[in-house]
Amino acid sequence: ATPAMNCRAEVLEVSVEGRQVEEAMLAVLHTVLLHRSTGKFHYKKEGTYSIGTVGTQDVDCDFIDFAYVRVSSEELDRALRKAVGEFKDALRNSGSDGMGQISLEFYQKKKSRWPFSDECIPWELWTIKVNVVNLANEQERQICREKVGEKLCEKIINIVEVMNRHEYLPKMPTQSEVDNVFDTSLKDVQPYLYKISYQITDSLGTSVTTTMRRLIKDTLAL
Amino acid sequence: AMDTDLSSQDRKDLDKFIKFFALKTVQVIVQARLGEKICTRSSSSPTGSDWFNLAIKDIPEVTHEAKKALAGQLPAVGRSMCVEISLKTSEGDSMELEIWCLEMNEKCDKEIKVSYTVYNRLSLLLKSLLAITRVTPAYRLSRKQGHEYVILYRIYFGEVQLSGLGEGFQTVRVGTVGTPVGTITLSCAYRINLAFMSTRQFERTPPIMGIIIDHFVDRPYPSSSPMHPCNYRAGEDNGAVYPSVEDSQEVCTTSFSTSPPSQCVFTVTKAHFQTPPPVVTDTLKVPVMGLAFSHQLSSSRLSYQPAALGVGSADMGYPVLFAGGLNAAHPHQLLGPGKDGGVPPIPSQPAHGTQADQERLCTPLDGVHYSAATPSSSEDTETVSNSSEGKCGSPHDLLETIFIRKVGAFVNKPINQVTMANLDIPFAMFAPKNVELEDNDPMVNPPDSPETESPLQGSLHSEGSSGSSTGNTHDDFVMIDFKPAFSKDDILPMDLGTFYREFQNPPQLSSLSIDIGAQSMAEDLDSLPEKLAVHEKNVKEFDAFVETLQ
Repeated sequence: ATPAMNCRAEVLEVSVEGRQVEEAMLAVLHTVLLHRSTGKFHYKKEGTYSIGTVGTQDVDCDFIDFAYVRVSSEELDRALRKAVGEFKDALRNSGSDGMGQISLEFYQKKKSRWPFSDECIPWELWTIKVNVVNLANEQERQICREKVGEKLCEKIINIVEVMNRHEYLPKMPTQSEVDNVFDTSLKDVQPYLYKISYQITDSLGTSVTTTMRRLIKDTLAL
Repeated sequence: AMDTDLSSQDRKDLDKFIKFFALKTVQVIVQARLGEKICTRSSSSPTGSDWFNLAIKDIPEVTHEAKKALAGQLPAVGRSMCVEISLKTSEGDSMELEIWCLEMNEKCDKEIKVSYTVYNRLSLLLKSLLAITRVTPAYRLSRKQGHEYVILYRIYFGEVQLSGLGEGFQTVRVGTVGTPVGTITLSCAYRINLAFMSTRQFERTPPIMGIIIDHFVDRPYPSSSPMHPCNYRAGEDNGAVYPSVEDSQEVCTTSFSTSPPSQCVFTVTKAHFQTPPPVVTDTLKVPVMGLAFSHQLSSSRLSYQPAALGVGSADMGYPVLFAGGLNAAHPHQLLGPGKDGGVPPIPSQPAHGTQADQERLCTPLDGVHYSAATPSSSEDTETVSNSSEGKCGSPHDLLETIFIRKVGAFVNKPINQVTMANLDIPFAMFAPKNVELEDNDPMVNPPDSPETESPLQGSLHSEGSSGSSTGNTHDDFVMIDFKPAFSKDDILPMDLGTFYREFQNPPQLSSLSIDIGAQSMAEDLDSLPEKLAVHEKNVKEFDAFVETLQ
């Protein structure tokens, strides 16, 4: 079976207040990417390689009673913030009930010969379903801060459970193959190839797809 | 199919991986409970010293504690490495919050590649640990630690003991990694019932506020007897014991801060040593028999002052959790008088300190010979067996307790090299420089200081061993000091971050405490008859005054 057929799919759901969307999404995405990033590979002769060091840092949320750990990479953080920012704006502007989902997909590239374009074969898909709630007063907001914080703790535990299953991971690539498996464009860390996309559910319940393909890579390519 | 046994190189590698994994696990857990945000940098060029390709700093004391606990062994079936996280309030109440367990079970994965897959999975497991340490309840508690409570850690090796977590504790699994010799599992059991035990279990450990009051309250009736022991000590034989005055001298005030432990100094009163703790000594023997336990109770935010024998009368700077390191079998008792009731009170009184107190604390350090805690080259069995004798050879053994005053991140200086200017407390430069000043300080030595010596003082000199755990002493309490990323003023040995954090959590005003309220009320009531008499005498004057108001 090809990886596509074995693509793991995990779904997480959160209900948050509008101003909590960004931090909640970043917390989840960064936690996943923490587990799915390695240090930079340095290939040496004879097919051996050494791996750089991944630093980490604590992030405190302003609107949620919550803190999480992310990889110390400004490039990666910027990329995620950009994606999450667009998702948040789309949620706000869509006029929907505030429901949508953001997806983080890890994939491998399979090079095809001309005239066929490269295939992207996903091997892990994380979907975060978001429901934005509106709160009436400060007291409710305070409760929401705590509740969402607790919920996010549960999500982190869920993510770690999945990671611990040690299920399919792409084989460690040779030097010529490394760009088919990893995103080597960052200077300090090396996440698996990934893409982020999102959908907003309009008030009729249908999905209005606004997919940004290869958002991060494109952004950085500018 | 039965594979060939692990090659010797693989076996060596695997053992090394597990050992360093255990050490890094401890670092991650302890660092996650220091109360600060952790930040390390990624580096694209491998440095060769970053185990598991992760930038995890090594706090030397923590590594030292962990190595002592492991005593050269590795987690194996029935032998787990546990990191216990507990909370201790300024009133001396303590409770266990979490036990992190690194265990090994028998399920082997013979096929797995050691140098590659196991290594990478251990790295992944450490990442999971980083994430999970931020989501248990103790994380938020530890971020708020300061004047009201501190978070402490203790490492032990052997059987997991979860009974201190209260009913209904929950477990979260961080992850597992299969190896050819067994499956490593990492999990955390954490308390969910955070209500403190309501009964005060330490009748003989008065709240520290009482002692501070003795410092700063003007005695309205100078002719009265020396300060009384606090109400909480009402059961004591007032005559015999430690006069509070001397207590105040010996009290090493603590001032907690939410920031690096440079501000954390524990207060202990001599009072609690009136009973030499033979039981503690006895229980010391417990770990000695049998396995090579080495139990240290380390405060992740603690700098303490060892008993300062021979420094005037201010000689009882006793590390708060000093005795904490002693009892392997009953970790609960480490943090305070026995829950079982049988263990004599062990001093464990962090105090609300003020700046002045804190400075005063520091002074006795000068001129006293302390041996800095240096990692002993010999392994634990040796040190543990020393302590089993119970009696120190000399008072100095008592002094060998651990005092590490971190003046810089991960710098370990013997205490006698630490000058006031180095001590990372605000206004340290203005602290009194030596003990003599303290003796002249009327706040410390009120005129009516009694002659009676504290029996504890006597017993310390004679036995020299009360409560000491020689061998383990220098390992028991460590202080970790991180320098925040703030610039340091060259003039004052204080950086902005420290200052800010220090004053972010000021100690509660003593005037707001119930005790002082009660005390002054009692005095007010006493003085009422006198006042009434005076008022009656002047009633005509008062009446005239009232007339003018109308």
